[in-house]
Parts: sequence; structure tokens; C-alpha cells
Amino acid sequence: MKEIRIHGRGGQGSVTAAEMLSIAAFEDGKFSQAFPAFGVERRGAPVQAFTRISNSPIRLRSQIYTPDYVIVQDATLLDTVDVASGIKDDGIIIVNTTEKPESLNLKTKAKVMTVDATKVAMDVIGIPIVNTVLLGAFAGATGEINVGSIQHAIKARFAGKIGEKNAKAIQKAYELIRGKRRE
Amino acid sequence: MINPAYKGKMVVVEGSYAVAHSAKICRPNVISAYPITPQTHIVEDLSQFIADGEIPNCEYVNVESEFSAISALIGASAVGARTYSATTSQGLLLMHEALFNTSGMRLPVVMTVANRAVGAPINIWNDHQDAIAQRDTGWIQLYVEDVQEASDTLPQLYKIAEDNEIMLPGMVCMDGFILSHVYEPVILLEQELTDNFLPPFQPENILDPENPTTFGAFAAPDTYEEFRYLQEQAMQKALPKIETVAKEFEEVFGRFHGGLIDGYMLEDAEIIVMSMGSILGTVKDVVDEYRARGEKIGVLKVRSFRPFPKKQICEAVKNAHAIVVLDKNISIGTNEGALFTETKSCLYNSKVRVPVMGYTVGHGGRDIRVESIAKVIEETKKAAKYGITLESQFLDLKEELL
Repeated sequence: MKEIRIHGRGGQGSVTAAEMLSIAAFEDGKFSQAFPAFGVERRGAPVQAFTRISNSPIRLRSQIYTPDYVIVQDATLLDTVDVASGIKDDGIIIVNTTEKPESLNLKTKAKVMTVDATKVAMDVIGIPIVNTVLLGAFAGATGEINVGSIQHAIKARFAGKIGEKNAKAIQKAYELIRGKRRE
Repeated sequence: MINPAYKGKMVVVEGSYAVAHSAKICRPNVISAYPITPQTHIVEDLSQFIADGEIPNCEYVNVESEFSAISALIGASAVGARTYSATTSQGLLLMHEALFNTSGMRLPVVMTVANRAVGAPINIWNDHQDAIAQRDTGWIQLYVEDVQEASDTLPQLYKIAEDNEIMLPGMVCMDGFILSHVYEPVILLEQELTDNFLPPFQPENILDPENPTTFGAFAAPDTYEEFRYLQEQAMQKALPKIETVAKEFEEVFGRFHGGLIDGYMLEDAEIIVMSMGSILGTVKDVVDEYRARGEKIGVLKVRSFRPFPKKQICEAVKNAHAIVVLDKNISIGTNEGALFTETKSCLYNSKVRVPVMGYTVGHGGRDIRVESIAKVIEETKKAAKYGITLESQFLDLKEELL
């Protein structure tokens, strides 16, 4: 089983991202589960959402404490939230930032990867909504999920032009981080 | 439990959507509900279905409170309508008075409770205190483990509740947020199969101006006791009915979630963990780890809390060395959860002699971790060996906050 924790702020679509990930994973033939950290959601407050992906049905209902992967939607969270908490040593943390991984100074043995998802979102979608873009980066960085399945899930949720634009942004982030993986 | 063989028919949806879809497929005639977290998504989805004309011959009655919602359904059910509501926490507490009226008038109203803690202090997260506080209202209570079961239990409950020998209201209790807000694979109830499984509601007596009768009228001391006796008799008749309906459901849909109870690794279990609701999934994962090490730990799921399956529980635990009961509720003043108290009670006059320990867990949504379940099992193993030292206690209490 793979466990993913998404950190964001209320309004950034962390819960939607976790849900889309679970739908895409299921399309890939896996079992999946997505749920929010059940906070009293307020715009701008730190929030978490979780996704589990497994080859067998998932029964576990606790929150995720030792994730394989962490996605950080907003680098300003790094000052107040320990996003690396409990991550496995061979895990990957993906951060939306213009900075390089080493300059984030995250105290972890896990691999840290960065992507300027905000720029991708502005260039392709035209608004700074990065949740779907980061799913493309996740697919590229981890290989846990088919990028086409994510695009399909997004287009099913957001019909028409918005869905198309998001799919394009997902592709771009996927390729960007795949490039970084090869570096 | 999801059978991987059915994966092709599954979709990943939110638990609330699966439940709303199930309610729709059961062909209700009147829905009335008042939105309250974490039940809200269920009634939003149902409102959408109604607005889109997807539920034929059904009226959604907008109301200003949960008390009005249940009152509207009492009237609707009395004239022969199949009725549905959903609520939680303070909303369910507000219904309390009319819950007795519903069961006393023998009206098979069915609702989903997205279980949540009760205030004060205000708390929107999951435990079972809201539903457990309604245990003596004469409603059937079935607790479910996952989204598939929350969806599948609705048509089962209609079939049980509307049986002319039973005629009692019932609630499907699903863990708020944990099940109502989770996305997971589920087979959405099919209309054709459900129509084959669940016959239309055909009550023997209805309110009808052409043929005037009275429901829930005055009963003096010379007759009131007999009404109460008949309610109890109806609950006793619901015991076998819950089992047969679960089997009938399996024949039609190929899915079985247990009847009154369900066992996991129970056959040879020396230590049994007993509980209700979504916590059972986590417990089963922990039990798998123990089994891999050769330790005989089993799980007893109690699906029906009302009626309470005394005989089945005694039979299921008779060979165990010790039982531990996990309750997401507490009866303040006994330091015990309801399932723990009632399990001890049904064993007392039986021939089964087994130590029973209790923990109250997950109050106000405190996350229940794998490590905590393992700790409980370790304590129960000690009790089996050396006897019980502490009969009932709070799990994961933060001493530093006291």
C-alpha cells in the first residue's frame, strides 16, 4: 500500500486533489481511498488530505502518519507545518516553489523535489490553482500513477475548456518533473 | 467488505453520494431532512436528484428543523408513504421526542445517521454518542463498516422495517466524515436488482379519510403496557428477519456484510475484539498482523445494536479466553460504553464465562491508530492470563491536558 499526504491551505483544493488521485488510481486498476483531515475548513488555514493506493481492498481508517509521498501546494506552509513528519526514508516530498530542493532545508532523508506549479498554472490555465498541476508532477516524480488516468479523472470532474486546460497543465508539470528526475 | 471479483462494476465516489444514490433507488415517496455536518452531502445529493426529476413519485419536504423533518415523515408514513431522512448529532437529539412517536405508532421510517459527537463542547467529528443516546426509542439500529455496507444496508432496512410483522422505524448508523466524506470504490445500487429485492411498501393500516382510524392515540394504564409489549415483540421478530434479509440480499446482489453480527478470524480466536462501525476495518488490519505471527486474535462485528443479538453474541464468544469491547460512546456515570455494558449483561445469566474488558475510544473524532488497537490487544492478553485489573477505561487519554 502507498500512502500520500497532501498539505495545502483551505481553498487550494487539497481535498479535491486527494479525491482525483483516488479516482485515477482506481482507473489504473488499483484500490484506493481518499479523505480529508476533517478540519473546520477556513480559507487560508493549513489543511491536509490523504490518499491510499493498494493492490488489495483498503480497510484501514486511521489518518496517514508515515506517508510514502507528500505533496505541498504552498511553500509558505514550510514555516509552520512539519510537512516531512513521519515520511519514509525512501519517500518523496514534492513542493510547489520556485526554489531548488536543497534551499528548502527540509530535515528529512526522503527525496525532495520542487516544481513551479504556480507558473505552470498561470501559463496554461491562467489562474494560480495548482492542485491538479501537482498531480501531474506527482505522476512524473513517483511513477505510481498513469498521467492519462489523472487527466481523465480531471476532465470527468471539470467539463469543457477548464478540464482541457487542466489536462494540459498536468501534462506540462508531468514533463517538467520527469526532466528533473533524469537530471 | 469489497470482493475484488466485482471490481469491474465499481466506481470511486464519496460515501454520501453512494448513500444518497441508494436512498433514491429504494424509491422513497417523501424525503424530509435538515442539513447538518457531516450529513449535509447526503441531503444535497438527494435535493439534486429531486431537482433533476430522478426520483419519481417523491416529494422533498423542506423544513426548518430536524424536529419538523421527523414530524413530516411521521405523517407521510402514516398515510402509507415510504419515507427517508438523514441527520446526525444535535439534529438527532432534536428528533428524540418524535423518535418515540415514530416507533410507538409503528411507522417504518428509515434514516441514515452520519454519526457525530454531541455538544458541549461543540464538536463536529465522529463518535457514536448521538445514536447510542437513542437506543431506547424503539428504533432498529444497524451500524455499518464501510461505504458499500452503508449503501447496501438501506434497502435491507426498508425490507426489515416494513415487514407487517415488524413495522418499526430504523436507522443505518455510518461514521460521520470517516465514511460520509471518504472516496472509495463502491458498487452503486442497481434499480432493477433493488426492485426485485425490495417490494413496495404495503402497510396493513394507513390513515385514510375514507376509512377513519386513529394512530398513536391515548392509552390509559389499562392498555399502555400492551402497546409496549407489542413493540418489544416486534423487535424480537426483527432478530431473525435481519439475518434472513441479509441472506436474501446476498442472493440478489452477491454481497454479504453480516446479519446481526459478523465474525473475522473468529473460529479459533482466544482474544476477541468487539466493536461497531468503521473502526472494524482498522482492527482487522491489526488482527492480520497478529495472525501472521500465529496469535489467535479474532474480531466480532456487532451490526445490529437494536435489536440486541444476545444469543448470537454468547455463541460467538463462548470459547474465547477474553473479550475486549471498543465503544465510541460512554454512559457518563458508569465509565462504560453501551456495547460493553450490554455484552456483560447478556453473558451474566448464560453458561459462558469469559472476562470482558471495555475501552471507550475515538471520542469527538480522536483518530484511532493501529498502535492503539495493538495496545488494547496486549492489555486483553494480560487480562486473559492474570485476570482483569481495570474493567473499563478511556483509550489514548492525554493525561497532560487534565
